[in-house]
Amino acid sequence: MARRVVSDYLVPTAALVGVLVLWEAATRAFHIPNFIMPAPSAIVGEGWEWRYRFLDHTWVTLYETLGGFALSILVGVPLAVLIVYSPVLKSALYPLIVLAQSVPKIAVAPVLLLILGHGEIPKVIVAFLVAFFPVVVDTATGLAATPPELLDLSRSYRASAFKTFVKVRLPMALPFFFAGAKVAITLSVIGAVVGEFVGSDKGLGYVILSATSYWKTELAFSSMILLSVMAIVLFGAVALVERLVCPWLAPAGEE
Amino acid sequence: MIRLDHVAKTYRTRRGDLVPALEDVSLDVGENEFVSVVGTSGCGKSTLLKLVAGLTPATRGSIHVRDQIVREPFTDVGFVFQQPVLLPWRSVLDNVLFSVEMLGLEPRHYRKPALDLLELTGLGGFETKYPRELSGGMQQRVAICRALLPDPGLLLMDEPFGALDAMTREEMGLELLRIWEERRKTIIFVTHSIPEAILLADRVVVMTPRPGRIARVLGIDLPRPRTMDLEFAPRFKAYSDDVRNLIFSGRKRS
Repeated sequence: MARRVVSDYLVPTAALVGVLVLWEAATRAFHIPNFIMPAPSAIVGEGWEWRYRFLDHTWVTLYETLGGFALSILVGVPLAVLIVYSPVLKSALYPLIVLAQSVPKIAVAPVLLLILGHGEIPKVIVAFLVAFFPVVVDTATGLAATPPELLDLSRSYRASAFKTFVKVRLPMALPFFFAGAKVAITLSVIGAVVGEFVGSDKGLGYVILSATSYWKTELAFSSMILLSVMAIVLFGAVALVERLVCPWLAPAGEE
Repeated sequence: MIRLDHVAKTYRTRRGDLVPALEDVSLDVGENEFVSVVGTSGCGKSTLLKLVAGLTPATRGSIHVRDQIVREPFTDVGFVFQQPVLLPWRSVLDNVLFSVEMLGLEPRHYRKPALDLLELTGLGGFETKYPRELSGGMQQRVAICRALLPDPGLLLMDEPFGALDAMTREEMGLELLRIWEERRKTIIFVTHSIPEAILLADRVVVMTPRPGRIARVLGIDLPRPRTMDLEFAPRFKAYSDDVRNLIFSGRKRS
């Protein structure tokens, strides 16, 4: 038990602290200017100074991210169902979806902003476009993964296709769906920031862009850290929902 | 109870080729009879079960169950497959109740019978466990309980013990017989184990592959209840040799 605490928590924490200490020492010893490589203390200091303004910007990026993520599920899951249940729709939709995925989203973002104008909606759309693909593909894979014997069994009991869908195929696809959703939530953060880079006056992406143009590297760093924390927390939240919805997936010996 | 009359089944592959799976199969199975079907892979054993269950239509010939022609699935059937195919998100009890639920019956009324079945198959006390907490043999018992719960007249078993280790396999076979003595029903039991086929059944249907045909139907005149030691009886050995010869002579021809 004690050994696990050491290897799971103590070692990584010590490594992180070690890196930070080295970093701080190096910037001081070699007199590196803040705009080239800010010391950890400068990053934290700047972040603290900006704490109230950061609240607003973080909130904007957060809801763009969540909007894009929600949209990717609302669109992605029904698309996956259509693909799995209709061979015709599958051959019609699949190439389109792959095509949509293969266009670099950063290239699409300026065009989208041109079409949709400013404000948060275009960023939500960019986040959605970046995030929806894994939701569609993983959910479709999950829906198709039901063992054929179970489908035969349902049919031999003369259960309707809808009943089979609700009681067998949908829950069978849940772990796959969550695998896709976990990728999608981190991609949504990227999508929202890309949208902000292209044109915005709010959000953490905007802060990074304007900070670098004013040589305020320490501010850019603190925004980046906030973005990472946000992505980690959101990922953890999806993983937690997965745990609650699919308790049977917990590793053996944990309950 | 079941009558197959010159039944043939041909599948069409994705490329459009026609592959005969079964040809000219005629078989009668009596009420509460235990019939095993033995043969190598590709002899159409599983197809035979699907045809009887009405899951797939015959290309030629007719199938009757209790004088009703089979054209679509009917609800008096229980299915057990090689894999238990349980629902991993349901407890053992809810997995057993799955069959009555899919039949559109009220699961609440079947709790007691389901628990009795679990008790009968040695799974008493496991009803709240998840399938993954059970061994392969226990999972297959759950699958058998699920099939038995609506008390079907016909039980179709497709290599039900094929994925189990040899020792568990023998144990499960005798256990199935014990359950069958208590709750009589017609069983068609597909296997590729010759001793298993002989040990369990009243009659053994020997099939040869490509296309699947019945080589012969052997009546097994061994006393019941069957025990493991029967496998050393001279008569058991004779049956076993017969089946082996039928399967291998069929091979040489093709």
